[in-house]
Amino acid sequence: MELWYTDKHTDDVSFSVKVKRQLASHKSEIQQIDILDTCGFGRVLVLDGELMITEKDEFIYHEMMTHVPMAVHPNVETVLVVGGGDGGTVRELAKYKSIREIDLVEADKEVVTLSSIHLPFTACKLRDPRVRMHFEDGLRFVRGKKDAYDLIIVDCPDPYGPAEGLFTREFYGNCCNALKDDGILINQHESPFYAAHQTSVKNAHAHIAIEFPVSTVYQCHIPSYPSGHWLFGFASLKYDPVRDLDSGRWNSLGIATRYYNTDLHRGAFALPNYVKELLHG
Amino acid sequence: MQEAKLDQSQTPLADALNAQRINRLAHFDVPGHKGGRMNPELPDYFGKLCMALDVNSMKPLDNLGHPVSVIKDAQDLAAEAFGADNAFFMVNGTTSAVQTMIWATCGRGEKIIMPRNVHRSAINALVVNGAVPVYVNPGRNPRLGIPLGMGVEDVQRAIEQHPDAKAILVNNPTYYGVCSDLKTIVSIAHAAGMKVLADEAHGTHFYFNDKLPISGMEAGCDMAAASLHKTGGSLTQSSILLSKDSINPDYVRQMITLTQSTSANYLLLSSLDLARRHLHYHGGEVYSKTISFAEYAREEINRLGGYYAFGPEICNDDTCFAFDLTKLSVHTRDIGLAGIEVYDLLRDDYGIQIEFGDVGNILAIISAGDRRMDIERLISALAEIKRLHRKDPVGLFDHEYIDPDVVMTPEAAFVAPKQSVPLEQSLGRIAGEFVMSYPPGIPILAPGERVTPDILEHIQFTKAKGCFMTGPLDMKIENLQVVK
Repeated sequence: MELWYTDKHTDDVSFSVKVKRQLASHKSEIQQIDILDTCGFGRVLVLDGELMITEKDEFIYHEMMTHVPMAVHPNVETVLVVGGGDGGTVRELAKYKSIREIDLVEADKEVVTLSSIHLPFTACKLRDPRVRMHFEDGLRFVRGKKDAYDLIIVDCPDPYGPAEGLFTREFYGNCCNALKDDGILINQHESPFYAAHQTSVKNAHAHIAIEFPVSTVYQCHIPSYPSGHWLFGFASLKYDPVRDLDSGRWNSLGIATRYYNTDLHRGAFALPNYVKELLHG
Repeated sequence: MQEAKLDQSQTPLADALNAQRINRLAHFDVPGHKGGRMNPELPDYFGKLCMALDVNSMKPLDNLGHPVSVIKDAQDLAAEAFGADNAFFMVNGTTSAVQTMIWATCGRGEKIIMPRNVHRSAINALVVNGAVPVYVNPGRNPRLGIPLGMGVEDVQRAIEQHPDAKAILVNNPTYYGVCSDLKTIVSIAHAAGMKVLADEAHGTHFYFNDKLPISGMEAGCDMAAASLHKTGGSLTQSSILLSKDSINPDYVRQMITLTQSTSANYLLLSSLDLARRHLHYHGGEVYSKTISFAEYAREEINRLGGYYAFGPEICNDDTCFAFDLTKLSVHTRDIGLAGIEVYDLLRDDYGIQIEFGDVGNILAIISAGDRRMDIERLISALAEIKRLHRKDPVGLFDHEYIDPDVVMTPEAAFVAPKQSVPLEQSLGRIAGEFVMSYPPGIPILAPGERVTPDILEHIQFTKAKGCFMTGPLDMKIENLQVVK
């Protein structure tokens, strides 16, 4: 017998991976959480049926969300991660000695619990003493903060489920208020490829651009995600993501990465024409 | 054949409607779309099931104008669920229920005591049948500027001054969730031989949760108009009129049929049947969830500062005898924005549609159908609006209600010879038509009332702030029809 897990990328396109066994299946207050051990992608976290991360390619996603802003902002001390209960973003942040505090706001405590058991490759730094975990709604947490963070990373699922509120103008505005004057906001920005997702890419960008003087997107290639072509948003009150890149400083830190490097950093902001048209058309 | 006894677990009307769909009758009656086959665009748009349920009255489905079988059964169950002696399903909104209450109790030239902050449907009923309003000025909350309920002493005085009045109409609650002392009003009205009518357009939920103010039927009202579609979960435009045996139900039915469609929509009717069953079994938890959402939102919004999401603390034992905890009303004047401005910003900038915004407040309808994240969005958007748009409150109009100067009955003014004059030249004249912002649909000016400087200022302010104004013949609200 063969058991396959299928992630529906659109109504007409699917991504399937052969499953060795199911490691966890749990219905939390917020969502259905499944963790699978697969043949081609290692362990896979699935929320409400949708693929979140795979052991094989999560490094691309987490490195690109973290090291891009860290190579631009000269002195990040306080970071807020919204979502990210699997711990992958925190793992990357923990590589920086300059960071003093990491607030992780995850709406679903069970994601953290199950990730800690079954996904040690991402959850390994959640017990770092600099990390404070807050199990509550991201919107609620952020609106109570002012001038508090150098960096906010929005590491959440797509906007068609519990994370809908994290793609709204009010959330980005609250983030703007929660950042210091030279803060940076990074957000998971969906794929521009399929028509079904294009509106949310366009809307998210429009909402962020209203709140932040510097606002653009950058891209990377994540094989298990819809179309593989993935975007992140870079928004800041001060720094330009390419002009203010300090390659020398970042490279001197000697941080080990498998995907990110400072040459790729520059290239990631060079966008295909169809993406430019989508964002600015 | 012995008929099985009805109980609340049944939905006789919804079941009969579904049965006729499954029976696959060959239809040679209206509607002509015949399950949507005539016009495929409709099933594509609404879904096939919806189209197959859109049928007309027929023997197995009873007739709303003369209910003898499944509609009668469904209405009887509704009466039982709401603690009434009789219930009437309405397909023309609570507007028709309010009108029926007035027409069934007051005739031409007869008086009805009511607060002036009634919905337009109540005054419309007077325009049609020529009954005479005796207005009781509602109390006012000075900080919020909003009209409250009627004080018992004011009602008592109106009763003494107009002992010939036939009925008293009470908002239970107002749009803002404010209740009068309904039980006491019922007792003094009944002692004076007057009927009591409860406009419960915003009070359906009172029947199903004991943390909420007393319902019209429980308080002893003779009739109540309960807008099941607003907070009870039925389809838009469906509503229920409730009555006690102190009112002849057959006479009520006659009054309803005067203006009711003879092609009542079965989607609406069956939604009342389904909603009634759901409320009977789950109303308690449904409204407890609603209350906890609303209380959470009030707390969080008040923590933002600048806004005032008011709650039961505005009660004063008289004109605000009780407060509907499910209501989420927020006073916005202190951040220098009119309610309507916040209402527009929420929709245009944040994609959030709330119920209404008026001069100094906004109202969001909370229900058990809300999702936690949407409540968070609303609160966060309010935080943003304050951060980005906060102004000095100087120059903002500070009250929602103006005591009227009633010169003629609404009917006499409405049918009188009239002339159209530019708004600003209407000062001192008698209005021949309504002016209101909608929602809330409470007239700023009603036919028969004198135009005062205060009223003109109110109209011009709400117009300038972008309220959706309705009522006058002139769609642009630049001219007003006044009595010649």
